[in-house]
Amino acid sequence: MSALTDLSLDEARKGLARKDFSARELTRACLDRIAAATPLNGFITVAAERALAMADAADARLSAGEGGLLEGVPLAVKDLFCTQGVLTTAGSHILDGFVPPYESTVTANLWRAGAVLLGKTNLDEFAMGSSNETSYYGPAVSPWRAAGSEERLVPGGSSGGSAVAVAARLAAGALGTDTGGSIRQPAALTGTVGLKPTYGRCSRWGIVAFASSLDQAGPMTRTVTDAALLLRAMAGHDPKDSTSVNRPVPDYVKALDGGLKGLKVGLPKEYRADGMSPEIEALWARGADWLRAQGAEVREVSLPRTRYALAAYYIIAPAEASSNLARYDGVRFGLRVPGRDPTEMYENTRGEGFGTEVKRRILIGTYALSAGYYDAYYARAQKVRTLIARDFEAAFETVDVLLTPTTPGPAFGIGAKTNDPLTMYLNDVFTVTVNLAGLPGISVPAGLDASGLPLGLQLIGKPFAEDELLRVAARLEEAAGFSARPQEWWTA
Amino acid sequence: MTTKHHPHETGARLIRGATGDWEIVLGLEVHAQVSSKAKLFSGASTEFGAEPNAQVSFVDAAFPGMLPVINEYCVEQAVRTGIGLKAAINLRSVFDRKNYFYPDLPSGYQISQYKSPIVGEGAVTIDLPDGSTRTVGIERLHLEQDAGKSIHDMHPRYSYVDLNRSGVALMEIVTRPDMRSSEEAAAFIRKLRAILRYLGTCDGNMEEGSMRADVNVSVRRPGAALGTRCEIKNVNSIRFVQQAIEYEARRQVDLIEDGGKVEQETRLFDTKTGTTRTMRSKEEAHDYRYFPDPDLLPLELDAAYVEAIRESLPELPDEKKERFVAEYGLSAYDAGVLAAERETAAFFESVASGRDAKLAANWVTGDFFAALNKAGLDITASPVSAGQLGALIDLISDGTISGRIAKEVFEILFTSGGDPRAIVEERGLRQVTDTGAIEAAVEAIISANPDKVAEYREKPKLMGWFVGQVMKETGGKANPQAVNEILKRKLDG
Repeated sequence: MSALTDLSLDEARKGLARKDFSARELTRACLDRIAAATPLNGFITVAAERALAMADAADARLSAGEGGLLEGVPLAVKDLFCTQGVLTTAGSHILDGFVPPYESTVTANLWRAGAVLLGKTNLDEFAMGSSNETSYYGPAVSPWRAAGSEERLVPGGSSGGSAVAVAARLAAGALGTDTGGSIRQPAALTGTVGLKPTYGRCSRWGIVAFASSLDQAGPMTRTVTDAALLLRAMAGHDPKDSTSVNRPVPDYVKALDGGLKGLKVGLPKEYRADGMSPEIEALWARGADWLRAQGAEVREVSLPRTRYALAAYYIIAPAEASSNLARYDGVRFGLRVPGRDPTEMYENTRGEGFGTEVKRRILIGTYALSAGYYDAYYARAQKVRTLIARDFEAAFETVDVLLTPTTPGPAFGIGAKTNDPLTMYLNDVFTVTVNLAGLPGISVPAGLDASGLPLGLQLIGKPFAEDELLRVAARLEEAAGFSARPQEWWTA
Repeated sequence: MTTKHHPHETGARLIRGATGDWEIVLGLEVHAQVSSKAKLFSGASTEFGAEPNAQVSFVDAAFPGMLPVINEYCVEQAVRTGIGLKAAINLRSVFDRKNYFYPDLPSGYQISQYKSPIVGEGAVTIDLPDGSTRTVGIERLHLEQDAGKSIHDMHPRYSYVDLNRSGVALMEIVTRPDMRSSEEAAAFIRKLRAILRYLGTCDGNMEEGSMRADVNVSVRRPGAALGTRCEIKNVNSIRFVQQAIEYEARRQVDLIEDGGKVEQETRLFDTKTGTTRTMRSKEEAHDYRYFPDPDLLPLELDAAYVEAIRESLPELPDEKKERFVAEYGLSAYDAGVLAAERETAAFFESVASGRDAKLAANWVTGDFFAALNKAGLDITASPVSAGQLGALIDLISDGTISGRIAKEVFEILFTSGGDPRAIVEERGLRQVTDTGAIEAAVEAIISANPDKVAEYREKPKLMGWFVGQVMKETGGKANPQAVNEILKRKLDG
C-alpha cells in the first residue's frame, strides 16, 4: 500500500473520487508511514483514531457522491493551528496540555472540504526559528542527507515538521504558517512547494499568534497544483478576523493553465547580496532562463531598501510577539508553575515555560517598545516597512512577478547555527521582505546542490495575485523538473 | 447667566493655609461604561449581576488564536457621546495595546486608544449652585476595554478572578484641568452623567461601576504655574470625589507649607477613613509599551455616518434649559433644575403640556420633588404620574380647588393614588364659589364680632383675620378671591 503515500494530493483526491482506494486505506497508509518515521520527529501529536474516523466519514460521503474538494485527503497541520479536541502546543512547554475547545477557521475550512487530520506537526517554539530547533519537543529532522554523510540536517523552520511530513511522504499535504519565511524556507530546504498567501487572504482566527501583522497560513505540498488546491480550500473572508480581506477566492487550479508569453519577470538586484554562493547565483540564473525560454521577459529591478528589511523585521516581529505572548501567564490554560503571589507565579511559569529563543525575542520586543526607545526602534522599523512596501509597488509597475532564490543556501546540520542567532536570522534574508510588504510568495523546488541537497526558487507576486503567481510557479516547476526524493534512511 | 472662561480669575474657592491662600486645580478622567448589550471586541453579554465568569468568551479570556472584532454599536455610542460633548469627531482613530501584567487582564494588554482617539476636543457647561455656569474643556474621549475583577481577600492563599467585566466597552473622557473646587468637580460629573443619560450612551450608574472617575489634584498659589499633581484612582461616587479632593488638596497644602514637595504619584481613596494614600510612585509607574494593535485595522468613519448620528441626537440639557426659559418663561434656575435629568424634563413637559407652565414648574420642583425626596424615591418610581399631577393642576386652574386644598389632594395622591377629580368629589373638597354661601358665612362672622369690625376701621390689616375666620367656617373650601371680595364689600360698605 505504500505507493498510495507517493501520490500527490491531486492524484489522491482523484483516486478517491474514482474509488480506486478508500480514504481509510489512504489514511491508514499515511499513519503507518508516520509511525515508521519517528526518527524524523515531524509530529508532536498523531491523531490516529480521529484520522480514521474522519476518513470513514469521508468514505461515507464519497459513496453518497457528496465529496468536497479535498474529500478523504489526509493532511498534516502545523501545531500552531488550534484544533478542537486535539492537543495544541505551538512547540512550547508553556502550552502543556492545552486542548482547544475551538477549531481554527483555516482548518475548519479544510475539514468542511472533506480533508482528514493526521496530526499536528513539529515547529519552532511559537514559530520563532528557521531550523525547527527551538521546539520544546526537540528538532524535526530533514529526510534529506548530503551525499555520503549521515549528519542530521535541519528541515528549516519554523514549519519544519510540516515540511518533513510532505517531503518524507507522510502526508499528502500540510499546513504551515509564514511570518518571515516559515513556509517558504523549509519548503526550499526539503524540495517541496510552499506558498505564503497575501496578508489577509487566509483567516488568522484560531492560529496561535506570533506577529499578528505578518503571520499568514499557507499550504506546503509536493506540487504547485496541490498548493493551488489547498489554498482554494483554506482561503476566504472571515468576519472573526478583522484583517482578513473580503474578496472572492478564485479557482486557483483553473488559473494554473496558460503560458508565460509576455510575462514580465523582475530580478531584484539588491538580492545579489555580498557573499551569495555561486551555486545559488547559478540556480537563480537558471530559473530566469527557464522563464525566458517560455516567452517571459526577464529584467533587473531595484528594491533599494532591501538591506534594511531584516533589521526592521527583527524589531516588528519581536515587538508584536512580546505583547502576543503576554497571555501565557499560567492563569487560565497550559503550564502553571506556582509562586507565592501572582507576580512570582508569572515569573516561574514564563521562566520555565518559554525557551531561550522565545525569551530572547520577548526581551528584544519589550525593549523596542519601551518608553524612550519606541521612536528609535519600533516607529522607525514601521517606516522602513512602509518604504519596503513602496519598493515593491514601484517594481510591480514594470514587472508582473519577481524571481529570487528562497534561501542563501541548502539545509545545514542540526546544531550548526544554534549558538549564533544572527547567522540563523540571515536565513530569512530573501523571504522577510515579502511578509513586511504583505505580498504572496511561493518557493518551488528548483534543483540540488553539489552535495545533493534541495534548493528552491522564490516567486513574489502582486497583492492577491496568487492565481498568476501559481501559474508562473507551475511553469517554473515543469521547467525545473525536480524529481529527486530523499533516501529513506529513517525506516529501519 | 454668566459663563466664565477663565476660571482661575474669578470664582475659585481658595483654601487657607498657614502661609496664605491656595488654589485647587482639578482635572478628571471619567470612565463611562458604554450602554451596549455586548462587549467592545467580543459578543459576550455585559448584563450586570451575573454569576462570576458567566459572561466570558474565549476572546475575553484571551485564549490562543482569538482575535478582537470591533462592536460597531459601541463605536456609534462613542461618536454620539462625542457630539453630545460638542467635540470634534476624528474620522480616523487607532486602537493601541496598553501592556501590563495582572491576573484580571487575561491578554496581558488592554486595547485602548492612545495617540489617535475617536473623539477630540469638546466642552461641557457646568451649572453651579449659585445659578452661574462655567465651561470645562474636554481634552478627548477614547474607547477602551475594561479589565476583569481580582478579589484577594476571599481565600488565604488564592486570588479570585471574575472576568465578566473583561472586555466591556468603556469611554474614557478626559477633561482639561479647568475645575477649581470639589463642588465644580461634582457639578461636572453630574452634568456629564446627565448628558450621557440623555444620549443613552451610559446609564451613569456609579454604584454598579458604570461610571467612575480618576481625579487629578494639584494646588498652587492663585495665578501661579500649575503644581505637581497626584492622580486619585477609581473613585466611585460623587460624594467620594468631593471628599477625596478636599482631603488631598489639604494634604498637599500642608505638605508644601511644611517645606515638603508633592511627588507625582497614583493614590487610592480610602472610603472608610476619607483619606488618600500612595498606590504607586512615579518610579513604580508602568511602562505600558503602547503600540497600534495589529489585530485591528484603524477605525475609519465617513463624514455622512457622523452626520447621521448628529441628526439623530436628542435635545440635550443645555438646549432644553434654554428652551424652557424661552418657551415656558421659567427662571434660569428652575429651567436648569428641570432639564438636569432627562426623566425630570420629560415629566415636567408632560405636566406642562396645555397648562400653565409656571404653575407646572412650581408644582414639579416644589411639592412633587419634596415628596419624592422625603420618600427617597427616584422620579421613575414616582407614585404620582405626570397625568395625575396635570389633572390636579387643572383643578386649580379651573377654580375647582384652591392651591391649599390642592396640597392636600396631592398628599392623598402620593400615598393612595387615584384620580384627583374623584378624590375632590368624594371628599367634598370642591371649592365653594357659591357667593351666597360665602356671603352667609361672612355675615355670620361680622355679626358675631362687632368689636373686630370696629377695630378693622382703624386697622385694615385685620382683613387677614376675617379671611381666616371665613375659611375656617367653610372648611377651607371657599374660593379665597371671592372671600376677599365679599369681605371687602361688606366691611367697607
